[in-house]
Amino acid sequence: MIRSTVRFLDERSGGAPFLRKALRYVFPDHWSFLLGEVALYAFVVLVGTGIYLTLFFDPSTATTHYHGEYQPLHGLEMTHAYRSVVDISFKVKAGLLIRQTHHWAADVFVVAIVLHLLRIFFTGAFRKPRDLTYYLGLTMLALALLEGYLGYSLADDLLSGMGLAIGYSVLMSVPFVGANLAELVWGGPFPGTPAFWSRMYVAHVFLFPLLIATLLGAHLLLVAARHHTQFRGPRKTERKVVGVPTFPGQTPRSLGLMSAVTAVLFLLGGLVQINPIWLWGPYHVASGTNGAQPDWYLGWLIGALRLVPGFDVTIGHYTLVPNPFWGGALFPLVVFGFLWAFPWLERRFTGDHAFHNLLDRPRDAPWRTAIGAALFTWVALIFLAGSADRVFVTFFVSYGWQILFFRIAVWVVPVVVLLVTRRVCLELQASERVERERELAEEEARRAAAPEPVR
Amino acid sequence: MRRLLAVAAVVLLAPGAAAAAPSGSGLYAENCLSCHGPGGSGTARGPRLRGVGAIAADFYLRTGYMPLLSPGDQPTRRRSPFTARQIDALVAYVASLGKGLPVPRPHPERGSIPVGLRLFTEHCAGCHQVVGEGGYVTGARVPPLEQASATQIAEAVRIGPYLMPRFPRTQISDRQLDSLVAYVQWAKHPDDRGGWAIGHIGPVPEGLVAWLLAGTALVAVCVVIGKRNEA
Amino acid sequence: MRALWRYLVAAVVLLLGRGRRPPRVERAERIVPAGEPSPRAELLVLALFGATAACAVAFVVVYAVESIPHQTQFLGLSLGLAFAFLAAALIVIASRLVVTEELEEDYPVPAHPAEQEALGQLVEESGDRMTRKRLLLVGGGAAGAALGAALVTPALSLGPAFEIAPFFRTPWRRGVRLVDEDGRPLHAHDVLEETFYTAYPEGADREQLGAPIVVVRLRPAELHLPAGRDGWAPHGIVAYSKICTHAGCAVALYRKPTFPTVEPRPALVCPCHYSTFDPARGAKVLFGPAGRPLPQLPLFVGPSGELRAAGNLSGPVGPAWWGVRNRRPS
Repeated sequence: MIRSTVRFLDERSGGAPFLRKALRYVFPDHWSFLLGEVALYAFVVLVGTGIYLTLFFDPSTATTHYHGEYQPLHGLEMTHAYRSVVDISFKVKAGLLIRQTHHWAADVFVVAIVLHLLRIFFTGAFRKPRDLTYYLGLTMLALALLEGYLGYSLADDLLSGMGLAIGYSVLMSVPFVGANLAELVWGGPFPGTPAFWSRMYVAHVFLFPLLIATLLGAHLLLVAARHHTQFRGPRKTERKVVGVPTFPGQTPRSLGLMSAVTAVLFLLGGLVQINPIWLWGPYHVASGTNGAQPDWYLGWLIGALRLVPGFDVTIGHYTLVPNPFWGGALFPLVVFGFLWAFPWLERRFTGDHAFHNLLDRPRDAPWRTAIGAALFTWVALIFLAGSADRVFVTFFVSYGWQILFFRIAVWVVPVVVLLVTRRVCLELQASERVERERELAEEEARRAAAPEPVR
Repeated sequence: MRRLLAVAAVVLLAPGAAAAAPSGSGLYAENCLSCHGPGGSGTARGPRLRGVGAIAADFYLRTGYMPLLSPGDQPTRRRSPFTARQIDALVAYVASLGKGLPVPRPHPERGSIPVGLRLFTEHCAGCHQVVGEGGYVTGARVPPLEQASATQIAEAVRIGPYLMPRFPRTQISDRQLDSLVAYVQWAKHPDDRGGWAIGHIGPVPEGLVAWLLAGTALVAVCVVIGKRNEA
Repeated sequence: MRALWRYLVAAVVLLLGRGRRPPRVERAERIVPAGEPSPRAELLVLALFGATAACAVAFVVVYAVESIPHQTQFLGLSLGLAFAFLAAALIVIASRLVVTEELEEDYPVPAHPAEQEALGQLVEESGDRMTRKRLLLVGGGAAGAALGAALVTPALSLGPAFEIAPFFRTPWRRGVRLVDEDGRPLHAHDVLEETFYTAYPEGADREQLGAPIVVVRLRPAELHLPAGRDGWAPHGIVAYSKICTHAGCAVALYRKPTFPTVEPRPALVCPCHYSTFDPARGAKVLFGPAGRPLPQLPLFVGPSGELRAAGNLSGPVGPAWWGVRNRRPS
């Protein structure tokens, strides 16, 4: 059976030599190398559940009055888009499970990408020859954020409408061309023409997934072409990679991880309620709800929008830069720009242009680790500021004081983290050096004390 | 903490529910007069109570909003230091100070939840969040509505406690109020067909679940899978 | 229980193992090193596969049986557990039933200088017949750029890209009546203090940013409107655009003090980023990220006491953009 299948395929594709090599491709082992795979499998679940949802979703802004099964929305005016999402939740059997799994998969997809990015950054895996792989990964992260935002917006519930209004305002705030861009995307002033919904829809279900999938393919090809990185260890050198082969060693592990990711997502999808749009109600330009938030992965932007003090840059009666630009556009551009530039910056400052297949431990590169920790702290603080209102409701900590605290902390704490992290790295290095010297000295002493070895 | 102590102090000082009917004016003199002035005339520490009616006294006392430790504080819901009978006496006393609205008797069973949702979204969701989970308005914490009784909801709509606007009959009719109350009552236990509701406030707890539950579980799986050759 | 298992396994083995077994060719050298069999692990894997199948079947049953309460939860639980058992089975296979080899492999060579050189040479020599290379390159570049621009041009049809007049347009005109959510005209005597009203222009599309306004009544003595707005607030009734000038959300919060001596002054607040506007002072920003006040709608009271717009809003509605302040809405 096996041999005849192989023969059949090889005689038609000539792929046997390639496949044989591929099956013995070596995977170095460390648990953190699997984080990227988690993201990959979340993406697979996203595509699968997403295709199912497209079979029921209606991207139309034509209005209707609801008279379906769910009583509390009876008689309310809403768009077909919103209505179809309510129907997916209540009328389509298993529809709510798939919808919630899709949403959880989106949330977990970005969690996995961020964890993967942290691993790559702090171990220096982005260095030559893998900088291109790293750029592709960063671009996919940016695309994933936009793709998630589009999905969140399509449902046309109260939260998604408010989110779109904010997105529109951020685009409007871009100097020189903001208004023109917003007009192009929305087809006119907010809330735009009906065509806007089909534009979002085609972007969400076709353009962005296609882009992400293409970059994902390139990302994986580059990984395979250059092989995985590995931590320093016995027999592991810049020239030799040590690990288990694709088959039989790695295959059941990867399939097991894929099943585990799918399991977690379906369990969440069935057991934990996410984005209950039937509770938010439909969106109208004139309505709003307290504490409107984007999905977590855009929380850093709402934090930034809330932290920036109230001012527009103006000359006389001309507005030059409206306020949302700082938090909504410049801030993410700075973060992504810095991450993009980092491999180049590091090469420039360290003068290290060499190939690297061996990973650094975070302590091995104190500056990189310190800068990474500071950047992460900066973004995390601004992210936390985005939920200050809920913190106030739950823990009675004054919102005004929190905002004041964060406005100072975002400038002070990262600097402290930078210095402390660098110091800790250096101390760790030093203690290792001392340890090694002591071992050497003991060895020496033992050898001196021991009688001449018999040959 | 300070507030807690104060409550405890008030509880200790408040005369125990004696067999005799408590006297409204006596209670008022002991607990309210220092801020609201003699006969509800108001002082620099507290507003006039003449004409606020039974409706306001009933709301502020049964929610535990009053008595307040310090006049600048935002009143928050807590156990009232008074017994139900003492509150009855105080409400009657405050009502007797001037002409005001009586305690409303809403009939949520006559209301319609969809109408209530529409009204709530238009008038209330901006502060109280669309499922009544509370929120923030500059300068104050907006209370969640889980513990608000039907009467208290109706009272709050009409009197506008603390920083809340008050909605007169011309704006929200008594019939509409029934629907509004019906919606708020329903929203305490809404349709959570999706499973564990995690607070009905959307993305913040969802993000926590994504990171703390899913993230931790998946990292744990990675650690298990990444460990080789144990057997 | 144990015995039952053994029977079950024996039956499965019997069923599956009956096929004719191909003669195993003994090779000089194995590719995958041999390892010890582990019948207990096999049993475990079989049990996990069984659990997977049982959960998967349960999913189908839950799907088919209408009367099951909490259907979504049971669907998720069954499907999730099916995958969880599958994951466990695969992990057991990985750790106990396949050999975990440790292979060594050379990293690919960092670079191929000879090929790089050859590629360069290839391209250079291919262009040998061209004498004015730079000019040709410039020409080709220009052609490409022009063609690219041509291909992008249709994208401009997405919207009226260069026309910013639509941003200044609102449905408010002198004489337009203010109506509430249900389309009833708003009368001055209905508008009371200490509350807020959402109103729309009569007969206009409500789903445009310029339409919704928020109306509040203040004591005329408290009003300190900017210069030039005399008579905009009959009986102390002021109206502002309901769309936040920061990020376009609906300004759906109104706070008013019960006891003004110690409580904060009345304010309109946006629920997205908590920009706070002072209705008594032309919606000046009190707190939060908004950069300019809400535009105000001048009002007058019509013959039968109804509120009407006395003109258009005092400035452009909603989020700001480059050059936003220089025009009044049309």
